[in-house]
Amino acid sequence: MRRIVFALAFLLTTTLVQAIDPLPFANEAEEQRFQALARELRCLVCQNQNIADSDAGLAKDLRNEVFEMMRAGKSDEEIKQFLVDRYGDFVLYDPPFKATTLVLWIGPILVLIVGFAIARKMILRGGPHPDLPGPIDDKVDR
Amino acid sequence: MRYLVPLLLFLGLGVLLFSGLGKDTRYVPSPLIDKPAAAFALPELRDTARTIESAQFAGQPYLLNVWGSWCVACQEEHPVLMAYAKTKKIPLVGLNWKDDNETALRWLAALGDPYDAIPVDAEGRVAIDYGVYGAPETFLIDANGVIRFKQVGPLTPEIIAKEIEPRLAEMGVK
Repeated sequence: MRRIVFALAFLLTTTLVQAIDPLPFANEAEEQRFQALARELRCLVCQNQNIADSDAGLAKDLRNEVFEMMRAGKSDEEIKQFLVDRYGDFVLYDPPFKATTLVLWIGPILVLIVGFAIARKMILRGGPHPDLPGPIDDKVDR
Repeated sequence: MRYLVPLLLFLGLGVLLFSGLGKDTRYVPSPLIDKPAAAFALPELRDTARTIESAQFAGQPYLLNVWGSWCVACQEEHPVLMAYAKTKKIPLVGLNWKDDNETALRWLAALGDPYDAIPVDAEGRVAIDYGVYGAPETFLIDANGVIRFKQVGPLTPEIIAKEIEPRLAEMGVK
């Protein structure tokens, strides 16, 4: 039991470890704002990580840049725009809804609707499919 | 006939997925094309007392090549830059990105130095302004200081012939 508690405690600490290099945050609110922002930004070197999690050199530079902009009093929107101007929408994990990202946003919903339509049609057709064998007659087997 | 719709759906999905196979997922289209290149003032690698300013290249097209001695693909690209520098068509500016000055100088001494100017961007601030996310990257900047083309990854003779030369011809560079 004690061992399990120890193991769980260890698990807890690992999940609490955040941004890799410590930045001089003035208070917890500032740190939380930074972490939330960094999680929304994609690391372009290691594309499936956000800049809060990545150990890549560029991610570190971007974290510093974000931090300094926060200190300079920039809003979250201004900081994101700064990065989008340089790296494009791809840097955002939550891309804006516009013409070039239309397929990205509508595609899954469309596929779902088509899937439901097909399923509905198949179910409503009713009765066993003519190609399938009929119900198994219990009496024959026993 | 019953199987036509699923078959078409399958083929459609197949074509879509297959077309994705050959794509380089690391390529990110730059929003900086046809935008003014960011200004910079950085020390020159070969004489750190000197400052290289982007303004001094105004009035002529030039190539801005982002490199580092730590970058393996830059080594692969290097002979192409050496050959291009010999043509003396346009200045070749080598932005030394997140590098160590000593190592960078040794790297150039060993492999040759094709650059007309080498601004040192040790902190990577200027690279962020140029949306750089991996070296090598090369920008073609026109006489008005506007970015006209960006190559992510090593330059090759083919890319120079297909992407850079036609644009230079348009700008009136022979």
